[in-house]
Amino acid sequence: MATSKVDVAIVGTGPGGYVAAIRAAQLGLSVAAVEDDRPGGVCLNWGCIPTKALLRNAEVVHLVEKAATFGVHVENVRADYGEAVTRSRSVADRMAKGVEFLFRKNKITLVRGTGKLTSPTTVEVARTEGGTGTLEARGVIVATGSAPKSVPGVTIDEQRVLSSNGAVRQAHRPGSLIVIGAGAVGVEFADVYAAYGAQVTVLEALDRAVPVEDEEVSALLARTFSRRGIAVKTGVKVTSVAPGGPGVVVETDGGRLEAEQVLMAVGRGARTAGLGLDALGVTMDRGYVKVSPRMETSVRGVYAIGDVAGPPLLAHKAMAEGVVAAEAIAGRDPRPVDYTNVPSCTYCRPQIASVGLTEARARENGREVAIGKFPFTASGKAVAMAETEGFVKVVADKGTGEILGVHIIGPEATEIIHEFAVGRTLEATLEEIVHTVHAHPTLSEAALEATLAALGHAIHI
Amino acid sequence: MAITRVVMPKLSEQMETGKVIKWLKQEGDRIQGGDILAEIETDKADVEMEAFGAGVLRKILVPNGETAPVGSLIAVIAEPGEDIGALVAEPGGGAAAPAREAPPAGPAADVSRRPAAVPPQPRREDHAERQPAPEAGPTAPARPVAPAPAEPTAPAPAAEPGRVKASPLARKIAAQAGVDLRLIHGSGPAGRVVRRDVEAAAAAPTTAPVPAAAVAAGPEYEDRPLSQMRATIARRMPLSKGPVPHFYVSSEVDMDPAWALREQLNALEGQPKVSVNDLVVRACALALLEHPGVNASFQGESLRVWRRVHVGIAVALEDGLITPVLRDAHAKSLGQIAVESRDLAERARARKLRTQELSGATFSISNLGMYDVTEFSAIINPPEGAILAVGAVRQVPVVRDGGVGAGRRMMLTLSCDHRVMDGAMGARFLQDVRRLLEEPLRLLV
Repeated sequence: MATSKVDVAIVGTGPGGYVAAIRAAQLGLSVAAVEDDRPGGVCLNWGCIPTKALLRNAEVVHLVEKAATFGVHVENVRADYGEAVTRSRSVADRMAKGVEFLFRKNKITLVRGTGKLTSPTTVEVARTEGGTGTLEARGVIVATGSAPKSVPGVTIDEQRVLSSNGAVRQAHRPGSLIVIGAGAVGVEFADVYAAYGAQVTVLEALDRAVPVEDEEVSALLARTFSRRGIAVKTGVKVTSVAPGGPGVVVETDGGRLEAEQVLMAVGRGARTAGLGLDALGVTMDRGYVKVSPRMETSVRGVYAIGDVAGPPLLAHKAMAEGVVAAEAIAGRDPRPVDYTNVPSCTYCRPQIASVGLTEARARENGREVAIGKFPFTASGKAVAMAETEGFVKVVADKGTGEILGVHIIGPEATEIIHEFAVGRTLEATLEEIVHTVHAHPTLSEAALEATLAALGHAIHI
Repeated sequence: MAITRVVMPKLSEQMETGKVIKWLKQEGDRIQGGDILAEIETDKADVEMEAFGAGVLRKILVPNGETAPVGSLIAVIAEPGEDIGALVAEPGGGAAAPAREAPPAGPAADVSRRPAAVPPQPRREDHAERQPAPEAGPTAPARPVAPAPAEPTAPAPAAEPGRVKASPLARKIAAQAGVDLRLIHGSGPAGRVVRRDVEAAAAAPTTAPVPAAAVAAGPEYEDRPLSQMRATIARRMPLSKGPVPHFYVSSEVDMDPAWALREQLNALEGQPKVSVNDLVVRACALALLEHPGVNASFQGESLRVWRRVHVGIAVALEDGLITPVLRDAHAKSLGQIAVESRDLAERARARKLRTQELSGATFSISNLGMYDVTEFSAIINPPEGAILAVGAVRQVPVVRDGGVGAGRRMMLTLSCDHRVMDGAMGARFLQDVRRLLEEPLRLLV
C-alpha cells in the first residue's frame, strides 16, 4: 500500500469505528479502517462482550448453588474459572470474526497498523507487518477509544495491579482481590470473582457504589453485595498501592488493606496520543476531542466518535455516533444523538439499568417530581423465576407526566429499560406507558406497575 | 326524509379550520341541492359552499364570522317535521373526526356520492337505530359507538380536528401553556410537534393570546390575531427556510430589448396586454424545459424531475400572499400566459380561486418590481426546488460602446434548494433566462 484514495478513512474499529464504516459503505462510500488489534475494539475483544460471557458463567454458578431451592440436587460441583475465561475468549473471538465478515460483506478495507493524521484528509499508517502507507480521504473519523486510567502514583502492571484489560485475559482468579472503583467495571468484576469464590473488597472514593445511578439503586446493590460477602467500602481514598502481604498492600485514608491482586477500575481516558490531532489544531475539551452534533471536530472534515469524543464512555453511544458521522460525511442530514436518553447498563447481579435523570438530579433541576416504585417481589414472573431482588423506579414530572428518568435494579433490568428509552424518544408520558397493555406474566409488568405507581394507582402493591 | 349534516368542508390538504364568512341562506329557507349555502374562508381562499341535500335549513350552528374545525357540524338541513334535536344537541355540535377519518357508510355508498363541499353524513352512530338515514344505502354497516376516552387528562389525538401530529408530552405542555398546536411548526420527524417546539412557541410572546385589557393598557404595541392566511404562511415558511438549504444566484438583465418589444406588443389592437412578469414567466418556462434539474423536487431518497412546468406566481394580498399556479406554462404562448396570469391574479385578490389552482407548482416566481424593489431573495415553497425573485426594471447609467448612456436593467435572484441542484446548475438556468429576456423574440417563437 503506497497511497490509497478512499471516501472515508476511519482510525479504530471498535463499536464506533466499525459501525461508522458499515454505515458509510451502505451509503455508497469507499471506506478504509485502520486497526492495530482485532476489529471490534475493546468492546468486542476485551470489554463488553467477554465480560458478559464471564458474568453469564457467574450466573450459572449462582444458579447451580441455589439449585436445591428448585428441587434440583447437584453434587460434586466444580466451577473452573480457567474454563470460564476460555469460553469468554471464544465468544470474543467469534464476535471479532463477525466484524471481519461484516467488513468483507460491505467491501471495507481493513488496514492493519496504527494511524496518524498528517492533514485533515491524510492518514499515515505504520503497518503492523512493517512499512508505511497513506490513506487519502475526504472524511476522516477518529475512533480510537479509551484506555484504563489509574490512581496517581500507581502503575498498572497487569500482574499485581490489573486493569480490566488484564483481568479479562487472566486465566485464574485470585484468592483475594481489592477492586478500586465501584463503577460498572468494578462491580461487574467483583461479581464474577466473588461468584468463583474470591474474597472481594470494593473501594469507592465517592459516598456510594455505582455513584452515577440513583441513590436507592446504590443502596440496594451495596446491601445485596454485602449479603453475598462482597465488602463495599465507600468514601475511601486510596493513597498508595505497593507490593507486600499476599500480593499487594493498599493504603487508604481509612486504613490498610491486603489482597493477592488489585483491579484498577477508576475510569478510562481518551486514546489520542500519537494521532497528530494537536498538530492539526483539533480542539480538545477536558481530555476528549471536542465535536459538533454532527461529530465533526474543530477541523473541517475530521470527525471523532465514541470514547475519544467524550462521555458517556459506552459502546452503544459510540455506535450511534458512528452512524451520525458516516451520514454527515455522506452529505445526509443525520439526527444528532440524544445524549439525555442513552441507557446505562451494569451487568452485575442484580442487573442495573437506567435512563434519564436520577430522582436527586431531577429535583436539583427544579422539577416537581412524582416517583413510582415497584418491587420485583410483587411480580409474579420474578417470583416464579426466584429472582425477586430489586425494583423499578420511575421519576416523572408531576405536572405533565413527562418521564424524567427510570432506574431499574433486578432481573433482566438491562432488557426492560428500553421501553422507557423508546417512550422518551417519542415523548410519551406516564399515560402512554400505562395505556400500553403489558403481557402477563413478564418482568416488564414491573415497568407498567412502577409507572402506575407514579400516577398514584399501582394495582399489584 | 333525509337529514343532512352540513359539516365544515376540507378544501385543501392543509386546511384544519374554516371560518364562516357569511351564511347566504337563513334558518327556515328551503334548500335545493347545489344552492350556495355560505361563504367559507380557508387558509388560502374564500370559497362558496354548496348545499348537498334538499330540505329546509333548520339550524345554523356556527354563526357568521366564527371558525370551526374541519368536519365539525355547522348546520342541519332537514324536512320541517323531522326531529333534529338529538343531532343539534350532540356534544360539541357533532364535532366529528375529520372527513378522512369518518368514511361514509360503505364503499358502494362512497362512490355513488360525488365529492362535494358538503357531503351528507349518514353516519348517525348512536342515533342510527331510531333514525336510519336512507342515504346510507343498503350496504351501510352499523357502526359501533366509540367509547369516550376514560381519562380526561389524556385527550385522544383522533378527536382533535385537523390531526396535528404532536407528541403526547407536547400536547400536555401545550394544553398547560395555552398554546395552539395547530400554529406550531413541528421540528420532529415528518413535522411532528415535539416538546421543544411547544416550549419555543410558549416563550414567544406573539403567539400567546393577549387579553383585550392588555392591548388597551399597553399602547407600545398591538397584538393582532393571525388571519388564516398569516397562520398558514407562518407555519409553512419555516418548513422551507429551516430544512431546505437555500443558496442564491443573481444576475442583471438588460431589459431594453424586452421593454421595446413589450411596447410594440401592447400597441397592437386586440391583443392582450403583456406585463414584464409575463415575459419572465415565459422565459422561465422555456428555460426550465432546457434545465429540468431546476424543475425538480427533493424527495428524501430521490429527486423528482417534473416533465411539465407549472409556475406559481406570487400575488400580494392585503393580509398575506397567495401563489396561484399557471399550469403547463411551457406549452403556452406569451399571450395565453398574459391572459391567464391576469385572470389568476384578479381572482386571487378577490379570493375567488379554486383550491386546485393553488397547488401543484413546480417552480415559483415572486415579483416585487411594482414596489420599486431593486433586488431581493425569496424563500422556496417546498417541495419546489427553486423560486425566482424579480426586481424592478430601472433606468440606470450603462456603459455602451465606451460611453455612458441610459439603459433599463432588472435584477433576478434565484433561490435554489441545494439538495436538488448546485450553484452551476442554478447559474446556467439563470443565464438562459437572462438570454431569453435579452433576446426577447425568442419568447415569441
